[in-house]
Amino acid sequence: MAIAEYESGLERRPWTAVLHEWVTTVDHKKIGTLYVLMAVIFLVIAGCEALLIRLQLLRPHNDFLGPDTFNQMFTMHGTTMVFFVGMPILIGIGNYLVPLMIGARDMAFPRLNALGFWVTLLGGLLVYFSFATGGAPAIGWFAYSPLTEHTFARSPATDFWALGLIVSGIGTLTAAVNFIATILGMRAPGMALRKVPFFVWTMLWTSVLILFAIPPLTAGLAMVLLDRNLGAHFFDVQNGGSALLWQHVFWFFGHPEVYILILPVFGMVSEIIPVFSRKVLFGYEFMAAATAAIAFISLGVWAHHMFAVGMSRTADLFFVVSTFLVSIPTGIKFFNWLATMYGGRISLASPMLFCIGFLAMFLIGGLTGIMLGAAPFDFQLTDSYFVIGHFHFVLIGGTLFGVFAGIHYWYPKVTGRMLSERLARWQFWLLLVGFLLTFGPMHISGMLGMPRRIYTYEADRGWVFWNQLTTIGAIVQMPSFAIFVYNIFASLWNGRPAGEDPWDAWTLEWATTSPPPGYNFEVIPTVHSRRPLWDQKHPDDPDWQYE
Amino acid sequence: MDLGIPLLLASADPATQDLSIFDPASPPAESIRSLSVLVFAITAFIFVVVEGILFYSLFRFRRRAAAGTAEPPQVYGSKPIEIAWTAAPALIVFVLVLVTARTLWEVNVPPPRPQAGDNTLFVTVVGHQWWWEYTYDHYDGQPLGFTTANELHVPAGEPGENGVKRPVYLTLRSADVCHSFWVPRLAGKTDLIPGRENKMWFQSDRPGVYLGQCAEYCGTQHAGMLLRVSVDPPAAFDAWRKNQAKEKPPPSPDDVNARAFFSETCVKCHRVRGTSANGTYAPDLTHLMSRDTLASGMIKNDPDTLRRWVADPQKIKPGCLMPAFGTGKQDGGDVTAYLLTLD
Repeated sequence: MAIAEYESGLERRPWTAVLHEWVTTVDHKKIGTLYVLMAVIFLVIAGCEALLIRLQLLRPHNDFLGPDTFNQMFTMHGTTMVFFVGMPILIGIGNYLVPLMIGARDMAFPRLNALGFWVTLLGGLLVYFSFATGGAPAIGWFAYSPLTEHTFARSPATDFWALGLIVSGIGTLTAAVNFIATILGMRAPGMALRKVPFFVWTMLWTSVLILFAIPPLTAGLAMVLLDRNLGAHFFDVQNGGSALLWQHVFWFFGHPEVYILILPVFGMVSEIIPVFSRKVLFGYEFMAAATAAIAFISLGVWAHHMFAVGMSRTADLFFVVSTFLVSIPTGIKFFNWLATMYGGRISLASPMLFCIGFLAMFLIGGLTGIMLGAAPFDFQLTDSYFVIGHFHFVLIGGTLFGVFAGIHYWYPKVTGRMLSERLARWQFWLLLVGFLLTFGPMHISGMLGMPRRIYTYEADRGWVFWNQLTTIGAIVQMPSFAIFVYNIFASLWNGRPAGEDPWDAWTLEWATTSPPPGYNFEVIPTVHSRRPLWDQKHPDDPDWQYE
Repeated sequence: MDLGIPLLLASADPATQDLSIFDPASPPAESIRSLSVLVFAITAFIFVVVEGILFYSLFRFRRRAAAGTAEPPQVYGSKPIEIAWTAAPALIVFVLVLVTARTLWEVNVPPPRPQAGDNTLFVTVVGHQWWWEYTYDHYDGQPLGFTTANELHVPAGEPGENGVKRPVYLTLRSADVCHSFWVPRLAGKTDLIPGRENKMWFQSDRPGVYLGQCAEYCGTQHAGMLLRVSVDPPAAFDAWRKNQAKEKPPPSPDDVNARAFFSETCVKCHRVRGTSANGTYAPDLTHLMSRDTLASGMIKNDPDTLRRWVADPQKIKPGCLMPAFGTGKQDGGDVTAYLLTLD
């Protein structure tokens, strides 16, 4: 009673006190929310950058954007989406959920957690500050040397870009350290590592990948800054440096990065599909092993981004084999999700709707990835619109649809309110149709010879029609994002009260109030299986008899 | 087999050029097309099966209101099933690796050494921001030694298995940043990386002009670095290369137009072989008027566009490294008029 009185008293505080609390918080739930808010704001900005790109490419020889502005737009769109949308939103969701799911009161290092968020945000602001210094960098999000050398990129934009990414990389690393320490050291009694919710398992491996992938990127960025400002020649070919060295260093980060962007989504989807199929996840142990396999193998595929640079056939073949190999554990996951649904009682509430979208679209992206893994096919299609189509299918079809599934699933827990199902359905269908219309045709324009990163194109190459479809699709997607943002904010006031467990789910976060109190659980529970609430709701048929 | 539907739709554009990877005109592009068809068939099969199971499950196992609140049977897993659906993809992967390796070895062939009677053309390509430099090294064992820009001419082979083949081997280098040579109907792309030499090859039996463009983002005018490969009947190729090898006479002192060209800074960057214009930073102009296009394929090469280009290249290719020279007229002489004599 006293607690409830204290908490309701909090609502009558002045806004400055609320702001102060959010800025100084070390509570994982607030920090997670801040990460997600940051990501959503950058998502809107990067989406506008994409829209500008698509408006320029609506017609051949269009004069909506000049070449330099266009080149800045695609550089910033890619950089923003990967570093200031994708990773923060997944780290944010992980931050919110992991302690709750393992029955802990917070992350292992709460102050490090806060540092990580603010430093990530600072990195984003540093990169965007380049607009105020005469223009954003126009180097592409993977910034191939020697284009980043001072000779070819004269303005300080590239320095802000490199510095901003080093800084936000520090934030990412602290988050990974925190997740690993929390998951290894703070699980509730009875929760062996092989009994953690699947999302927790994927956050663990995502964090391991971050520890391996981000430091090489940081090192490479530092080398770029040294070349540009202190007379080093790491990538300065005219003075004995190596252009290819950057590509190896970057992609050694860049490929695990995309698995960092998808593994948490695999985790979320593995929580949601079982609940909405009313069946336990099929083959948890194999799924867990597949996750670890994906993490390991993903460290060995990086040069499939470099098939056209003239490596030997043997080197190419090594990366062909590793790239094809990684598709096996990924395929296994797919079959496990389908097997979970099979024989279940499937409800198509909005979280599940987005999961179905994820399954359908990520499959396509994965299959075009297999096509690109066949190196000679890649000789034709690398650096073409086919690749842009491929990675948007896995990043939007995969990561974004998965994130939307997660947000629609856990929003009630975070806010105590349900999102509007009607608005969610409008968002889903507009997004799906717009997304297919935008990125489907890119596979065709790529196969018809259209390369990436061109600010205009010739009218007589058969590309006009596909570009028009793509631009129309981008415009169709816009209202979908508007509906999402509106739904998130309006439901804070208008949403139906959710209660503790609106979905009749099985993991520990649903065993506390919505929203959870600052201390998460009144009493830290003892668990016996992967689905503690299933055991409670089915005392006659608990999971631990079968695990 | 080409993509009939997109080409049909695209034919609404005027005079559509064909750059489809599914319409190969050279052995490496053909090998890749065969591999693509196989890979596409395998992935299409996987797509139909998996997506089919997805939609089937969605429909067959959707929750019906009448079912009540009882939970369905909980199935925790099945080792035999897991092994089966690990083995099947592994088998597919094994087949894909073999097929890919075979195509890889077919496509990435190291070049032979030039020899008399080999009917082989060797060209060194140097990528610049934002144009292509071609130095013709050897043909049929003979050293050639002239340099042109932006339009690559090669001899056609003879069709049929027993026809004389005239392969082209390119050595790819870069003067500045990374570029990539991509003419889809002739071959997959190969990058031009500063500090490194890459090799690629193609061979076409079908005379014609094959289009492409730079496929590695290289700065402001990456989009304006277009490729034109002219596969010429052998006699036409011989005539072309003999003309290209000729030098130009030094200008006579009375030639006001030549004097305009030679007193402008043009000669610091450009070369006209046989004269004192010896710049290597910009395209070789010795036989400028033998080209179809200017600005690396962006505009047609005719007197009006040439004049516009000389006056202000930035209007046509903003950001390119050639400054504007105004009208190009100096002391009553006309730079463009001199350039028009460089056939």
